[in-house]
Amino acid sequence: MKRPRGALTPQPMASNDTPRTLYHKIWDAHVVENRDDGTSLIYIDRHLVHEVTSPQAFEALRLAGRKVRRPDLTLAVPDHNLPTTARRDAAGKRIPIADAESAQQLDALERNAPAFGIRYIGDADREQGIVHVVGPEQGFSLPGATIVCGDSHTACHGGLGALAFGIGTSEVEHVLATQTLLLKRSKTMEVRVEGQIGPGVTAKDVVLHITGVLGASGGTGHVIEYTGQVIRDLSIEGRLTVSNMAIEHGARAGLIAPDEKTFAYVEGRPFAPKGEDWDAAVAWWTSLRSDPGATYDKVVVIDAADIAPSVTWGTSPEDVLPITGIVPAPESFADASKQVAAQKSLDYMGLAAGQPISGVEIQNVFIGSCTNSRIEDLRAAAAVLRGRKKADNVKWAIVVPGSGLVKAQAEAEGLDRVFIDAGLEWREPGCSACLGMNPDKVPAGERCASTSNRNFVGRQGPGARTHLVSPAMAAAAAVTGRLTDVRELA
Amino acid sequence: MEPVQQIEGRAYPFGQKNVDTDVIIPSHWLKTITRDGLGRGAFEALRKDPDNLFDSAEFSGSPILVAGDNFGCGSSREHAAWALLDLGIKAVIAPSFSDIFSGNAFKNGILTVVLPQEAVDRLVEVAKTDPIHIDLENQVVSTPFQDRFPFEIDAFRKHCLLNGLDEVGLTLARDSQIATFEGKVRDERPFLARGVAA
Repeated sequence: MKRPRGALTPQPMASNDTPRTLYHKIWDAHVVENRDDGTSLIYIDRHLVHEVTSPQAFEALRLAGRKVRRPDLTLAVPDHNLPTTARRDAAGKRIPIADAESAQQLDALERNAPAFGIRYIGDADREQGIVHVVGPEQGFSLPGATIVCGDSHTACHGGLGALAFGIGTSEVEHVLATQTLLLKRSKTMEVRVEGQIGPGVTAKDVVLHITGVLGASGGTGHVIEYTGQVIRDLSIEGRLTVSNMAIEHGARAGLIAPDEKTFAYVEGRPFAPKGEDWDAAVAWWTSLRSDPGATYDKVVVIDAADIAPSVTWGTSPEDVLPITGIVPAPESFADASKQVAAQKSLDYMGLAAGQPISGVEIQNVFIGSCTNSRIEDLRAAAAVLRGRKKADNVKWAIVVPGSGLVKAQAEAEGLDRVFIDAGLEWREPGCSACLGMNPDKVPAGERCASTSNRNFVGRQGPGARTHLVSPAMAAAAAVTGRLTDVRELA
Repeated sequence: MEPVQQIEGRAYPFGQKNVDTDVIIPSHWLKTITRDGLGRGAFEALRKDPDNLFDSAEFSGSPILVAGDNFGCGSSREHAAWALLDLGIKAVIAPSFSDIFSGNAFKNGILTVVLPQEAVDRLVEVAKTDPIHIDLENQVVSTPFQDRFPFEIDAFRKHCLLNGLDEVGLTLARDSQIATFEGKVRDERPFLARGVAA
């Protein structure tokens, strides 16, 4: 006798009358077994694999004679090393990749995926893109699922209400072999963003602001649930952007409770549940919200009125300023080691304490990355660039869509023409200049207004100076050649 | 994996806060498809300074690194752990670690020891001139000067490190429990159980 589809199942470890947070509900639904030492074996529903963090995992499986337990719950997509220039010549032949080591990693994934029976989306497939764009877009990432990938921005999928987090290569190997991970339950934090964001303020500004408030390690050991009116009002693309950067404030994962918007986003995607499965899924997903009276280990409340279009000044994502702000003096920080770090950041960034961040000249613009390369991001950038040209001092400005499907959609809407007419380059999908593993790098000593997620030293290339911003702000910087308050271009 | 029991020797008095994995191993070193040889790229940017700790005659090859808060933050790259291992580092002591890094370190047999800031400050001072001793069995860090800093460690991790156990092999032994769970999911949440074909 089968249970009625969609019925709520009593889960181990929690009595049904104890109010539970969203995190605890998803956790409880995935416990294979609890161990005496306080760890749990947790089942993994979806595993995304890319070429950088998987070769050594496949190598280890091969050496130990082990198989992939559930190749059908695994999806492989190359993204980090792919050039964003054409990948096939006019005759449809693959254009060789100049960097031998990049080519070797890509080649390893292309061989490992079929060898282990894993679905592979290739470099020239329309569906190819950044794993964290492809997963939601294909309906592979689902609310309530546990999702892992050997990439710290896996937290992204939490925007759909999935428990998603980055893992290292040994864990990739562990998931490939066992479809589980041995984990200790994290602490919980609620970050509630109340009110309404103003004009020119986007999901990226919200998450940069949160990172500034919490600090780069503020969420360490926690899974953060983002709540409040601002989060509810965001589109799914915006929610993916917020959850994407959970790791930048140290959190293991970010979560946003799924709602009608989420269901509408997921429905009809290639791997999304269909028919009877869909009804059962929605019934379960509807229960995935923190119960009234559920408690978090920590609660942080943020007022949307405090959030301006934001920009980073330093070399940690916590170094956030409103675009109207001034570069802080190292001695303004209470913590002695932060004072030292701030001075180093200023030296690296070529900025002086007390200088307004608005007006700082930039030479490069990067619109892309798993944080900001979805269709909504491209529309926001194009809205600013339409009918305008990039400034002459901006030498390199590229737009890298998050996937081939995003690219096709943007082209159908004519956004590619807007970018090209404004003097920006329209590229093929991939991780690109977010971390410069492919040829897209920012030259040493030059600045980049970047929609990516990390402003670390050397992240976009040795000596490169990164200012993290939203797509609209990156477009504004392209137009004026300086870090600019996008509201001035409205 | 090599069992980890006692770690004794000189320690890098590093102490920096928020050291991210891009600093530990820059992205251009991530293009390998094997685990060896990454020590050459470890802390590459810092090692451009000829007076850096990692290449100094005194500290080079030290088995212990004493670092600041939030060590290993940022990218999930396990290459950071492989790079430290290749440098000869067997243990890192810090006031806190990023969750992903400490998991990666553990899986490669690197011990991460969390101690309060004051203890870490003291160890940075001691490390400049003298060796440090870590006793995993008894969970204590000591110095030649009677300092004794007890530390907490997850019981499972301790057991695995002391015995050099392979976590994948241990979990594979739970195959029937995993299969039972999969059956339950097929029954109750079939939409999660249905995968994609190769």
